[in-house]
Amino acid sequence: MTAAPEVARGSATGGVLLDAHNVTMQFGGLRAVGNVSMHVSRGEIVGLIGPNGAGKTTFFNCLTGLYKPTSGSVTFAGQPLPPRPRKVVYAGMARTFQNIRLFHNMTALENVMVGRYCRTKTNAIDAVLRLPRHRREEREATDRSRELLAFVGLEKKADTLSRNLPYGDQRRLEIARALATDPQLLLLDEPTAGMNPQETREAEDLIFRIRDLGLAVLVIEHDMRFIFNLCDRVYCLVRGEVLVEGAGDVVQNDPRVIEAYIGKPTVIEEDGNDA
Amino acid sequence: MSDTTTSANRLARYQTSAHIAGVVAAVLGIVSVLLPWSYAHEPLDDVAYYGAPSPLQYNYLGLMVIVLVMFGAPLALRRKGKFRDRIAWNTGARFGGYAMLATALVAVAGIGIEAGGLVNVDPGGWIAVAAGVLATAAGLVLLPSAAPRTGTFRTPAWGQILAIAVGLAAVLFAAAYALGLTDSGAFLFYLTFALGLALTLVRVGLFGWLAQCAADNKKVLVFAAFLVAFLFPFTQNGSDANMSIATQVLFFSATALGLNIVVGMVGLLDLGYIAFLGAGAFTSASLSGSLFAHINWHPPFIVTVLISGVVSSLLGLLIGTPTLRVSGDYLAIVTLAFGEIFRITMNNLDGSDGPNITNGSNGINNVPELGLFGFNFGDPHVMLGVTIGRFANYFWLMLIVLALIMVVFVNLNRSRIGRGWVAIREDELAAEAMGVNTFGLKLLAFAGGAFLAGVAGSVKAHYDVSVTPDQYVFLESAFLLAAVVLGGMGTVMGVLVGATVLKLLPEKLRFFSDYRLMLFGLLLVFMMRFRPEGIIADERRQLEFHAEDEELAEEVEGELIAYHDHYNPDAAKTEELR
Repeated sequence: MTAAPEVARGSATGGVLLDAHNVTMQFGGLRAVGNVSMHVSRGEIVGLIGPNGAGKTTFFNCLTGLYKPTSGSVTFAGQPLPPRPRKVVYAGMARTFQNIRLFHNMTALENVMVGRYCRTKTNAIDAVLRLPRHRREEREATDRSRELLAFVGLEKKADTLSRNLPYGDQRRLEIARALATDPQLLLLDEPTAGMNPQETREAEDLIFRIRDLGLAVLVIEHDMRFIFNLCDRVYCLVRGEVLVEGAGDVVQNDPRVIEAYIGKPTVIEEDGNDA
Repeated sequence: MSDTTTSANRLARYQTSAHIAGVVAAVLGIVSVLLPWSYAHEPLDDVAYYGAPSPLQYNYLGLMVIVLVMFGAPLALRRKGKFRDRIAWNTGARFGGYAMLATALVAVAGIGIEAGGLVNVDPGGWIAVAAGVLATAAGLVLLPSAAPRTGTFRTPAWGQILAIAVGLAAVLFAAAYALGLTDSGAFLFYLTFALGLALTLVRVGLFGWLAQCAADNKKVLVFAAFLVAFLFPFTQNGSDANMSIATQVLFFSATALGLNIVVGMVGLLDLGYIAFLGAGAFTSASLSGSLFAHINWHPPFIVTVLISGVVSSLLGLLIGTPTLRVSGDYLAIVTLAFGEIFRITMNNLDGSDGPNITNGSNGINNVPELGLFGFNFGDPHVMLGVTIGRFANYFWLMLIVLALIMVVFVNLNRSRIGRGWVAIREDELAAEAMGVNTFGLKLLAFAGGAFLAGVAGSVKAHYDVSVTPDQYVFLESAFLLAAVVLGGMGTVMGVLVGATVLKLLPEKLRFFSDYRLMLFGLLLVFMMRFRPEGIIADERRQLEFHAEDEELAEEVEGELIAYHDHYNPDAAKTEELR
């Protein structure tokens, strides 16, 4: 593998990076997210689990500026987070999507280069006149994007249209595109959905390598084995509220979590055969 | 499946006979040229002589020779070889047959209509029709060939450049010749002939090879194309009739290219684009020092151009800022309304309903000829023994403006901004979530497109001499949009072709001016059905319209790689080293 690119701009010395305090998202009479508080520290991998419809993605959207929370506050690196997706990216938080949203008719390289957009400054006049700034930034963006493609293992597919990539590669390309925005915190919305065990293991490895670059990662996932292997801390969200928070094994063995996922056993057998 | 196989087998037996029949048809066609086609002399610029073909008939003769080669080559090339296997002879022959029939029918119909009855068609005409029928029938029997692989022919650089030169010279000659035809029937005959010939050559694979030559020598091609356009006035011998049409085509193309930034690259539907051209024209006319202008400041033209562009782009910002936050349809409605508001406002700035700026519906007349660096664009002058008149002067100026617009278009497209535009078109939400300033980029496209229209408008004011509100009506916006859609959204070449077709045809085919709108409507409906991506398609656009076509996706990928390597030779080299 090529040398790991420098991704994190801030120091990775710990300290709270993302702090969401009492976030509530109300759609008319429906409270999708209620009083959720969560914090992510630098260099930490945090998991967010919960049954379908628990409000995980809604909460994600509140963090990334797609929704403006009804009440509550979100700060990022000590600054209140602006409620526009573009400004969130600029502040240093990038995301992937649950349903892959690549630019399908662009090549893998071009996709990643779109991620570089917010860190480059070439304006229309530079571009029309091909001024030195345009050429320098274009070269740098290309180099950096190739580096990132190599980092996620797609260096050989730089010129493949993203729609022609296999599913697992598309997921990895989406991560590379998010990394291209130089984030301090990466939000992954179900990064292993639809993957086979082999691909899941590769994704796990990739997320660890991203953490080793000094980034914090927040993962939504359904695959329990994956999430408990990976995460330093896990939040379990049920019906829009945080049910349990703690280290992986604590959450895993909490009866309320098991109940939320599987249901309450009516008759308890002597050797309960629940999973 | 088995049905088609058996019928193919049955057809396979008649291949040689079909080839021979086709050769006979072509020879018949050649014979027909030596006979008179018409009893009367008026139709088709006189095709009434024995043994003395008219220029039109010489063109037809050329088609016959090509059809002869198409049908004859497979007979001559019995052994396997690159010329037999990489060229789609059979498909070419089939389309050549169609072309023969279509041209002959147009000729007969033209003679019938112009001379007042089919009685006037002489044996030559009927033989041409018979030859067309025979060739078409023979072509239908032929089994279609596999897709041509002429792009794989290795050609030395000088050969490629020669091919480009010959191709462009042919285009220049054909354009000059077509413009010189005054008779509508003759023009239609020539048009059918040219389209048929082009289609035949495309199908046989010649254009695949030419496209490869062009792709390998892009700079040479662009330079040569501008040289050809530059030389066009010299082919006109000082005649103004065609120069005025050609200049109008350039105005139309320049404006359509500006619109193409908005529609083709970002995907915003703008139905009031002509208003920006009008704003530029009114600004320029007001500052031109005309007696009818109400602003007593007459800056040099360079300044006027910039002011016109800025005024137009300010209008663009004014309209864009509130509307670009919402999606497609709203923008279409708002821009449509804006176009109307512009026209009505210009009509009312006449001193009685508001300040007198435009003289209302009379407009600003007597706009003086353009003066640039002491050169008056109204003055004819003699160059290389050819009189270069007023229209040719403006033609050359517009050629420069067009080149500038093309540079803007291409360079923007190949930058971070262009990538942002593609991303917006593909998935606006994802683009925003990846940090692309979607609103800013859309506004930039809108205001930038308006600026270019303003620049074109400022020249147009001088060219038209008078600027009135009713030159800038919705219909013109619709034609501009049609040119972009017809030619191919997002491409330079496509829009040039679309604009030329839409501007040239009505000028040359006066007799159908009453049905013009109906025919364009039909044309667009057919385009949407059979080739929604336009005549010359942008590769990515083509994919967007054919989402399920995997083969096309592979092909486009290859082109994008070639494109990328072409513009980043260093990157390609380092890739090889790895």
